[in-house]
Formats: sequence, C-alpha cells, structure tokens
Amino acid sequence: MEALAMGGYGAYVWSCFGLAFIVTVVIEWRGRVRHNEIYRDIEVRIKALEERE
Amino acid sequence: MWKFFHQMASPPYFYRLAATLIPWFAIPGLILIAYGAYAGLFLVSMDYQQGDAFRIIYVHVPSAYLSMMAYMMMAVGGGIGLIWRLKLAHAVGAAAAPLGAAFTFLALVTGSIWGRPMWGTWWEWGDPRLTSELILLFLYFGYMALRSSIDDTAKADKASAVLALVGVVNVVIVHFSVEWWSSLHQGQTVFKKGTMDADMRIPLFAMLIGFSFVFGAMLLRRLRTEVLFRERRTRWVRELVLSPEGGK
Repeated sequence: MEALAMGGYGAYVWSCFGLAFIVTVVIEWRGRVRHNEIYRDIEVRIKALEERE
Repeated sequence: MWKFFHQMASPPYFYRLAATLIPWFAIPGLILIAYGAYAGLFLVSMDYQQGDAFRIIYVHVPSAYLSMMAYMMMAVGGGIGLIWRLKLAHAVGAAAAPLGAAFTFLALVTGSIWGRPMWGTWWEWGDPRLTSELILLFLYFGYMALRSSIDDTAKADKASAVLALVGVVNVVIVHFSVEWWSSLHQGQTVFKKGTMDADMRIPLFAMLIGFSFVFGAMLLRRLRTEVLFRERRTRWVRELVLSPEGGK
C-alpha cells in the first residue's frame, strides 16, 4: 500500500505511468491495424486483377 | 558505404530488412523499460525536495526527448528527400509524425501532472518550455494535416518536408528555452554532472534507451506500411502479395 501511495503523490505518479503505457500500446496497435488494412487492400486489388487477366 | 545507402534506399530490400530488425529493437527496448520502470518506481530513493513525485521523470523525460528526436528525424528525412530525392527519406517523415505527436502529447500531459504538485498549477502560459512544446504538438498536427490534404504523394512529400525544416527552429527553442529565459521548468539535469545521483540516473538512462528502441521498432513498422502503400502498384509488391508465404 505504501508503494501505491507514493508518499501522497500516488495519483500523479501512477497516472503518468499508466498513461505512458496506454499511449504506447494504442500507437503500436494503430500501426499494426493500418499495416494490415493496407496489406489487405493491396491483396484484394492484386487478386482481382489476377482473376481478370 | 554508398553501396550500403543505395541498398537501404531500395524499397523491397528495406521492407524485408525492417521486418527482421523490428524484434531486435522491440525486445531489448521492452526489457530496458521494464527494468527502468521497476527501478524508478520501487528501488530508487525518493528525492529530498520533490519526494516520490520526482518518479514521473522516468516517463516524462523519455517522452520529451522522443518528441524532439522524432521531429528532427522528420526534418532530416525531409531535407534528404528534397536534396537527393530519396523517397524513403520522405517516408521516414510520414512514419515518424504520428509517433512524434503521441510522445509530445505524453510529454505535455505528464509534465502538467508533475507540475500540479510541484508548481501548484497544471499549466502556465507564460512558461517558454511549456508553450514551445505545445507549439511542437501543433507542428506535428499541421504536418499530418498537410500530408493528408494533398493527394499527390510527391507534392505532399515536398510541402511537408519544407514545413518540417521550418519547424526545426521551434525544436531548438524547446531545447534551449530553459537556459535562454526564466522558466518554471527546471534546467538541464539529465546530462549535467552533479545534478542527479547515479542511483536515480541509471534507471533513467535505461528508460531513455528503452523508449528509443521501442520507438525504433514502432517507426520501422510504420515505415514498412508507408513503403508498402507507396509501392502498391509495383511488381515487387505484386510478387510479395502473391507469394505463398505472403509478406505481411
């Protein structure tokens, strides 16, 4: 409990570490989602072209 | 040396190389962050003036450092792209901008949270470090808005590169603001001798290096996406997508 309280600054310290974790996870997840979306779009377009040819 | 740069600038080579490099950046980065965060939160003694609130330094400083580093990468990438017309250099700027904006946001918010118990205020408009860092965030937004408003990638590359180069002035102001003007924000402590105990400094360096490595991994992933998008009509992308093992 003492570690959580951080001498009365717990809310400030833990919110900063929590926010850093959330922001890092979100930007990494967004990066992955965008990569998969673009890859899928290209894949669909190329396969459609292949079938037409 | 030139052969190496030439090879690096080749999109198919870079696309495959980046996939190999990502874990080499991500894994050591995460290990360093885990150590730095644990040591910074639980092992290091509290500061004699700021108490335990000083532990915010372990996320605030790496975020602030990356906020400036990402912008410098955008500017250097833009400069190289304009001078040598290297498409990959422009792609670096496009990939670094969202990451830089995220870390600038993090630096601003963690700084504000740290400022409340130490300065008695969440924000001070008259403070040069705070306002120049906020301008940096707006520069990132401007850069991304400019890129997305121009459909032609080549034109978007040129316009955004010019904006990135002009904005470097603000990065210099962010960095030196605490020395040039009177500021609520403390002066340089991390790289200055005698300002910080070694016990506090080691986890901070671990966090700085760890954040940089994780940033590197995220940048490489976004660069792969950027390269894939720019090269979507080329033969190598077609071959990559149609290959049995795929090329995600």
